[in-house]
Amino acid sequence: DPGQGGPASSRSLWSPWRLLPCEPWPLPQEPLTLPSPPAEQIRVKPDKTGVVTDGVKHSMNPFCEIAVEEAVRLKEKKLVKEVIAVSCGPVQCQETIRTALAMGADRGIHVEVPAAEADRVGPLQVARVLAKLAEREKVDLVLLGKQAIDDDCNQTGQMTAGLLDWPQGTFASQVTLEGAKLKVEREIDGGLETLRLKLPAVVTTDLRLNEPRYATLPNIMKAKKKKIEVIKASDLGVDLSSKLTVVSVEDPPQRTAGVKVETTEDLVAKLKEVGRI
Amino acid sequence: MKMANSLRGEVLNLYKNLLYLGRDYPKGAEYFKRRLKNVFLKNKDVKDPEKIRELIERGEFVMKELEALYFLRKYRAMKQRYYSDVNKTN
Repeated sequence: DPGQGGPASSRSLWSPWRLLPCEPWPLPQEPLTLPSPPAEQIRVKPDKTGVVTDGVKHSMNPFCEIAVEEAVRLKEKKLVKEVIAVSCGPVQCQETIRTALAMGADRGIHVEVPAAEADRVGPLQVARVLAKLAEREKVDLVLLGKQAIDDDCNQTGQMTAGLLDWPQGTFASQVTLEGAKLKVEREIDGGLETLRLKLPAVVTTDLRLNEPRYATLPNIMKAKKKKIEVIKASDLGVDLSSKLTVVSVEDPPQRTAGVKVETTEDLVAKLKEVGRI
Repeated sequence: MKMANSLRGEVLNLYKNLLYLGRDYPKGAEYFKRRLKNVFLKNKDVKDPEKIRELIERGEFVMKELEALYFLRKYRAMKQRYYSDVNKTN
C-alpha cells in the first residue's frame, strides 16, 4: 500500500512523484500601476482582433509563478522527485520555461504553436495538451495558476482535471501532501474550504499560496544546462481547433471628465440632479 | 593585493547580477544602469579588501531589496486587480 507517507524518494515501488506546473504562453507584461509613465502601453490592434503583442515584453503569468514556486518548494522538501515545466505557444514560451528552470524546475516541455495559430489556443486547447502530457509523463500532480491575467478565463485547470477525470483543488491558498493524498485549502467567497484529494490531482494556485522567488542571473545560467523538449500538439495527438471566434476587442470606455462645483450647496444640488441622493 | 584580485571576480559578478535585476526597474533600465555604473566607478579605487567586502555586501543587500520590490509591486498589482472588492462596503 503506497499510501504510507514518508519521502517519496525512498519508495522504489512508487511511480516517481512528478509534478507538472504549467504556464499558458507568456503574457505581454502589462504596465502595472506606476506613478511614472509606463514603459509599454497595451494597445488594441486596429482591426480589433486582439491586443498588439509584437515587440511587447512577455513574462510568466503571475499565478503560474506561484504554481512553479509551489512545485519547487515541494521538491526542496523532498516530497516530490521531479518538476517539469510546460508551456504551450509560440517561440517566446521558451524564455518563460527557462525562468521556471531557473526557479528550480528540472526540465521543460515546450509545445510549440506557430504564432499565427496562437490566438486560437485557449483554455480548452491547452487543457487537451496538458492532459495528454500528464498521461505521457505519468505525473502525480499538475499545478497551474488559477487564471491567466490576459484572458482571465480561469478554466484551464478545471478542464484539464475534467479531461483526465482527476480530482481538482482550485484557488489553493495552502497545499499539504499527506502520503497519497493532498490536502488543499481553497479561497472561496464564503471563506476557506479544505479538501482532501486522492492523487493524481490538479491544483490551481491563488495569490496567497506563496511568494515566488526571483530568477536571478546565476540561477538562469545554471538552468541553461537543463533540457527543454520541443514538440508539436500533433505529436501528442491533440487537436487544437477551437469552436470560438473572437468577435471584437475594444478599449474600455473613456472616463468622462468630472464636474467641478463651487459650493457645498452646488454639490448637493448636482448630486440630486444626477439622482445620486 | 592578491586578495583584491580574487575579489575582482566577485565584484564583476555582482555588477552583472545587479545589471540583470535592473532590467525591470520601475524608473527604467537605463536609469538604473546609469546609477549602477556611477556607484561602481565611484568606488573603483578602493584597495582595502575589507572595504571591498563591505561594498560587495552592500551590493548584495541592494539585490535583495530589488527582489523584494519586484515581488511587492506584482503582489500589490494582482491584489488590486483581483481582490479589491473583498473589503468594499458598497
